[in-house]
Amino acid sequence: MRFRIARALPWLLGGLCLGAGVHAGEADHIHVSQAWIRLLPGDLPAGAYATLENDGDQPASLKGASSTRYASVMLHQSSHEGGVNRMAMVDSMAIPAHGRAALAPGGYHLMLMQAAAPVKAGDTVKVMLHFGDGSTLDADFLARPANATDAGTGTEHTH
Amino acid sequence: MIPIPFRMTCRRAARLALLLALGLCALALAGCHRGDAVAWRLTDVTGHMPDLDFRLIDDHGKPVTGQDYRGKVVLLYFGYTHCPDVCPLTLAQLHVVMQRLGPLADGARILFVSVDPARDTPEVMHAYVSAFDPRAVGLSGQPRDIEALSKRYRSAFTREPDQGNGQYEVSHSSAIYIFDRNGKARLLSTPDRSQDDLVHDLHLLLDPGVSA
Repeated sequence: MRFRIARALPWLLGGLCLGAGVHAGEADHIHVSQAWIRLLPGDLPAGAYATLENDGDQPASLKGASSTRYASVMLHQSSHEGGVNRMAMVDSMAIPAHGRAALAPGGYHLMLMQAAAPVKAGDTVKVMLHFGDGSTLDADFLARPANATDAGTGTEHTH
Repeated sequence: MIPIPFRMTCRRAARLALLLALGLCALALAGCHRGDAVAWRLTDVTGHMPDLDFRLIDDHGKPVTGQDYRGKVVLLYFGYTHCPDVCPLTLAQLHVVMQRLGPLADGARILFVSVDPARDTPEVMHAYVSAFDPRAVGLSGQPRDIEALSKRYRSAFTREPDQGNGQYEVSHSSAIYIFDRNGKARLLSTPDRSQDDLVHDLHLLLDPGVSA
């Protein structure tokens, strides 16, 4: 009996590790930086931006996001064609293996709608990022004033 | 051995050629300056677009016309407040441009015209533009008046279909139309233009005494 368990143990452990690996998935290889939200007055939808870096050997895809602070979060993409601005919902944003992709003003962004309670500049908002394989990653987004142009690590333009 | 007189001729010819080249350069430069007195970096639309003219409601609820902004350099931009990405990006960038202009910026006004007047009341517009820059004015009004203004500058906008949750998007022209103090259309800026270009040209419009 003891002998059998000893023989099975490596297999069991191996299986556990494999299981854990599958569960971690894409999110495990993603590093989020420069995460910020552009706050707009009243209950207007806000744009959220971040840089996503993938240190994995496999490409990852951001499918969407959610937050307890907002009723709805959507992945959008702004486009500029023939002098006209358009915004459309998109299914995913690809993050290449050993590469990066950015949610940035004028391109891919998260649209946060209907804040549960007013969010103020300086607040940190937790946003859960959802990836193609079902894995998720919590990231802290810094709420910034409407006229900010970036995450605020550079020059400030507050009043 | 080259005889001395021939060497002299060579040198003289070279000097003459150099003088001639310099003279031609000077002429060419003079020609450039005469043809285009101001070196704009943005697209010069002088004489190609009508003067600033409209009848709208400002963000204090007051009826205003294009005449009310004579004496100011005007930056006209169409957008709407439920646009969470590109409109705020443009206004935030214009705020940086205004800051870079320093005290000169007081001679300029950013006119943000809503193409979504159903949702953008003067109160909403006031809160919105105030969040960006003290020199920004939010204009809304009757749909036909907004349409008249956008048609005047061939600026297109369309309301996209409802996404099923009462939310809808509006696609709109991304250009910034720039008028001088007399309400004359002078320059056109597009999102690909740098802040440096905007600062450079606005500086010239606001303070024509300063040469580029």
